[in-house]
Amino acid sequence: MYSEKVMEHFRNPKNVGEMKDPDGVGEVGNPVCGDVMKVYIKVSKKGGKEIISNIKFKTFGCVAAIASSSMLTEIVKGKTLEEAERITRKDVSEALGGLPPVKEHCSNLAADALKKAILDYLSKRGKNEGGPERS
Amino acid sequence: MHTIQSRVIYLDNASTTPLDPRVREAMLPYLTERYGNPSSIHKVGREAREAVEDARRKVADTIGASPEEIYFTGSGSEGNNLAIKGIAWANRSRGKHIITTKIEHKCVLNTCHYLEKHGFDITYLDVDEYGVVDLEQLKSSLRDDTILVSVMYANNEVGTLQPIKEISQILKKRDIYLHTDAVQVLGKLPLDVEKLGVDVLTLSAHKIYGPKGVGAVYVRKGTRMDPLIHGGGQERGLRSGTENVPGIVGFGTAAELAKNLLLEDKAKFERFSEKLINEIPERIENVKFNGHPKKRVPNIVNFSFPRVEGESIVMYLDLEGIAASTGSACTSKSLEPSHVLTAMGISPEVAHGSLRISFGRFNDEYDVDKLLEVLPGIIEKLRKMSPLG
Ligand SMILES: Cc1ncc(COP(=O)(O)O)c(C=O)c1O
Repeated sequence: MYSEKVMEHFRNPKNVGEMKDPDGVGEVGNPVCGDVMKVYIKVSKKGGKEIISNIKFKTFGCVAAIASSSMLTEIVKGKTLEEAERITRKDVSEALGGLPPVKEHCSNLAADALKKAILDYLSKRGKNEGGPERS
Repeated sequence: MHTIQSRVIYLDNASTTPLDPRVREAMLPYLTERYGNPSSIHKVGREAREAVEDARRKVADTIGASPEEIYFTGSGSEGNNLAIKGIAWANRSRGKHIITTKIEHKCVLNTCHYLEKHGFDITYLDVDEYGVVDLEQLKSSLRDDTILVSVMYANNEVGTLQPIKEISQILKKRDIYLHTDAVQVLGKLPLDVEKLGVDVLTLSAHKIYGPKGVGAVYVRKGTRMDPLIHGGGQERGLRSGTENVPGIVGFGTAAELAKNLLLEDKAKFERFSEKLINEIPERIENVKFNGHPKKRVPNIVNFSFPRVEGESIVMYLDLEGIAASTGSACTSKSLEPSHVLTAMGISPEVAHGSLRISFGRFNDEYDVDKLLEVLPGIIEKLRKMSPLG
């Protein structure tokens, strides 16, 4: 039912844990539905661009939810914010070698949590710098 | 990359059981040289007939029935379908009301949903926090047009037993049939149709170290029941189709063993369950035991581990070579947590973190100890990963 890749990430999830002083945090899901995912990001400047220099996650959920979270963090690390924002659930599930149809929503969750974390970062930055929101 | 596991520790015996080698031995001739059709009058056929009838006697014998009251089916699911639809169709001129419970196996619930579409009225009884039906609610649900009460004897997820004998007392002197799904009881507790006072009872071979795809219903003499499968009139017209001779022979042997080994098996299940019930809460914080502490089959224990999700527990156990199961939504097609745990009033969050351990004849002390050894680490790992506070 699960690909080797999924099992690999489930067995040894990458980037698990909390982050001290994250620049952005995003949480999606609902314990009633059986999955909750929280993503923490650290943003830094590199070559004039903002990149996600560090990312951590905490997930309550099934094998697919944990593997999607782990895979997402792997994909995202080092990406610019623009690139990271464009990551879709399809990118996550394809990188995992596919997910069973009923589990597709788990990869959605991961992509959504990241988007929320980026939004969180942008809104904080907007406040701190008083600068304009990016369009 | 994967660890080579010399032997799977199989703790999912409520799902299915391995074939007992003695059952396999009994079946083998009927997969090879004894290929006869029991309906044939020649020697090859008569041999097969004799084998089927011998199995029927054995199954009847384990539940205190007479052989003429045993009808072989193609599964426990078919048995439940036959019992409920068969009684519904044959008695619909008398009434269209059926009472069951919210915690039945899907093959009962979906059969009832089907009958609703055909004009039957179904009452689904509630259960309490332990998973036991409310007899007062049963009494107040009875109507003049009630034709059937179908309540499972032991629940397959939490192991809770229902007060079938009390229900039969309530129904006494009323013209209402009582059916019970006893698929999870055979081989775990003594089973006697007379003592229980039921009219129809369902069994399945693969839960008692017999082959898959064979079941039986006990149908008390005089019960009005229509067949689901029409044809050549096998099984005294109630279930046509050439008999699954090897399967039935296997079931007969499995039933005989279940009876002979009952005390031994039961004592072992009790010992193992008690060990888990005592030691899991000692080794792991914040554990909830699901089910009734006493009114239960001895081989099923169900726990919830809040803040973690059941499929992940099961798959980490699987990586350790241990097979178990969960009532979590994530293993169901509906993405909803177990209807049984939900009916018991367990919140979805907690139901998602459920783990069912079910023992069988071939488990030993080592299996229990191995589970106790690896489970705490798995729960800890998952809780560390969990964002829930
Ligand atoms: C309580 C109960 N009833 C019915 C069934 C169905 O039996 P079978 O698998 O033989 O169709 C099962 C097993 O899945 C069960 O646990």
